[in-house]
Amino acid sequence: MNDAADRVGLLREMLRIRRFEEKCAELYSAGKIRGFLHLYIGEEAVATGVMQSLLPEDAVLATYREHGHALARGIPATAVMAEMYGKYEGCSRGRGGSMHIFDARTRFYGGNAIVGGGLPLAAGFGLADRMMRRPRVTACFFGEGAVAEGEFHEALNLASLWQLPVLFLCENNLYAMGTALPRSEANTDLCEKARSYRMPAQPVDGMDVEAVMAATKRAVSEVRAGGGPQFLEYRTYRFRAHSMFDPELYRDKQEVEEWKKRCPIAGYVARLEAAGILDGQQLAALEAGVAKEIAAAVAYAEAGSWEPVEQLTRDVCAAGAA
Amino acid sequence: MSGSTATVRTTYRDALREALRDALARDERVFLMGEDVGRYGGTYAVSKGLLAEFGEERVRDTPLSESGFVGAGIGAALNGMLPIVEVMTCNFSLLALDQIVNNAATLRHMSGGQFGVPVVIRMATGAGRQLAAQHSHSFEGWYAHVPGIRILTPATLEDARGMLWTALMDPDPVIIFENALLYNLEGELAAGAGPVDIDKAAVRRSGEALTLVTYGGSLGKTLAAADVLAEQGIAAEVIDLRTLRPLDMPTVLTSLAKTHRMVIVDEGWKSGSLSAEIMARVMEEAFYDLDAPVARVCGVEVPIPYPKHLEDAAIPQVAGIVEAALRTLSHHV
Repeated sequence: MNDAADRVGLLREMLRIRRFEEKCAELYSAGKIRGFLHLYIGEEAVATGVMQSLLPEDAVLATYREHGHALARGIPATAVMAEMYGKYEGCSRGRGGSMHIFDARTRFYGGNAIVGGGLPLAAGFGLADRMMRRPRVTACFFGEGAVAEGEFHEALNLASLWQLPVLFLCENNLYAMGTALPRSEANTDLCEKARSYRMPAQPVDGMDVEAVMAATKRAVSEVRAGGGPQFLEYRTYRFRAHSMFDPELYRDKQEVEEWKKRCPIAGYVARLEAAGILDGQQLAALEAGVAKEIAAAVAYAEAGSWEPVEQLTRDVCAAGAA
Repeated sequence: MSGSTATVRTTYRDALREALRDALARDERVFLMGEDVGRYGGTYAVSKGLLAEFGEERVRDTPLSESGFVGAGIGAALNGMLPIVEVMTCNFSLLALDQIVNNAATLRHMSGGQFGVPVVIRMATGAGRQLAAQHSHSFEGWYAHVPGIRILTPATLEDARGMLWTALMDPDPVIIFENALLYNLEGELAAGAGPVDIDKAAVRRSGEALTLVTYGGSLGKTLAAADVLAEQGIAAEVIDLRTLRPLDMPTVLTSLAKTHRMVIVDEGWKSGSLSAEIMARVMEEAFYDLDAPVARVCGVEVPIPYPKHLEDAAIPQVAGIVEAALRTLSHHV
């Protein structure tokens, strides 16, 4: 990662996610966004670094905390924001909302609000690619809470048994909603669980975008080359509450403050400044560009339309309601 | 037209196998996956021989991970394949309910029409083999509750042979419920039998006195009951629903408009059953066609027990269907 423009690009991607999420929080308070809203603030380095490592023909499956993944994968902020609003112009036509972002163009298959529910799908994606001899990779994100689900174990076993081209990407932010990892897992070594299925597994500093990218790129190329599935554990932290309804009774403010010192964006800004490839003026210009994009996204969502009620049952089945 | 009247002697099991073989041969995107479908030859020997013919890639044994491999089938379907996933019995499919209901059934609508899931899931259903309460239930009515999936219940050799390919060509998820008592059903099948429609109910026997509505494993018993009624001079019309979702109500209501009396035979438990749904729709759409209350012959509301006499008593039988029909006919307008 030497090219200055690329590194500034990584910063810009993380900034887009951060500002988008901050705007979502604001819009939630204003009643523009309803339902559950799970913010990615603090974890931006993971989605940013991973998406840089994938090709357009690869498939992505994400969780309900997936706005950052959607933006980093290249779904326009306009379409994502319109989805937050539930507008017809949203990337899922407004039917999914915050937790269910879909986009065929970028091969983004959700947005899954069942913890662990995407993992068996990912095995199936890999199976299809393997059977059709396509050199594609499927990137499946999930949180550390998912490792307690049976579907985690079933999917990892299938993927390893059949040597499927799947990347299992665990975003370990230490809390499954409010339950800390040691309070839910007899063995908190997540990589060890993956290795028990005979797949390579590696912990990665999820607060360092370049570390994420380096580790993911290597894993992607090995998986694409036919080496079977791999597991990466990104150690990260969510700075905000689980959702907008969470009073955060389960963790100390001190702990949050300690992690904030490792903010992936502030840390990267400092690094780029120290390397002499970013100054205050450039950062301000980046921020201004991002602010403009977010403002345009909000304007797009505001101007969007509501799907006509007559279309309520459209697309339940291909031929209409059944 | 030569050959159009030629038939072959076959069984429901062999007809299902022929459908699988045909599908695997027709399209490279088709593959079969499930517990013991390969080396074992299928729990009910439906897929026997297919491993040797099509190889391990396409006739794929899975671990005992219902959620895992049903979900993998859904994922493969999203990614361009036409998977056939076999679940050993519908009781086991409850372990995969998350994948079927939360993923397969929702993705098209929730994605705003961007993604479809052309997976076919086959499973055995029904009682009658003394397998007790964890292998004998009938959950097709449950699944029929869920929008976004199509539910098929082949009850004849033609449908065993013909429904699979049409289901695979459906761009949405389809679940095929095979009543396990039907696997040994033997009869004549047209030599050139192939794909059939999966939209319409079928009138299996014509009559004017009353309408008997049923599906799946209860079709044979209902036809036998119609024979008994015929001996008494009563001409019962028998409707085989074939597809439980979406329901072909026009065929049911056309018959009712002729007979004005109806008995529904459904092996599922009565409360909240498919029979309840049909009854409700008759009330909504054809109340004034009725000359008598609609009657039901359903599974008794118990976990299916092991001993033969109790198991028999727990599910619809010919005598009970005849009795319900006579009761319905005894109502005078």
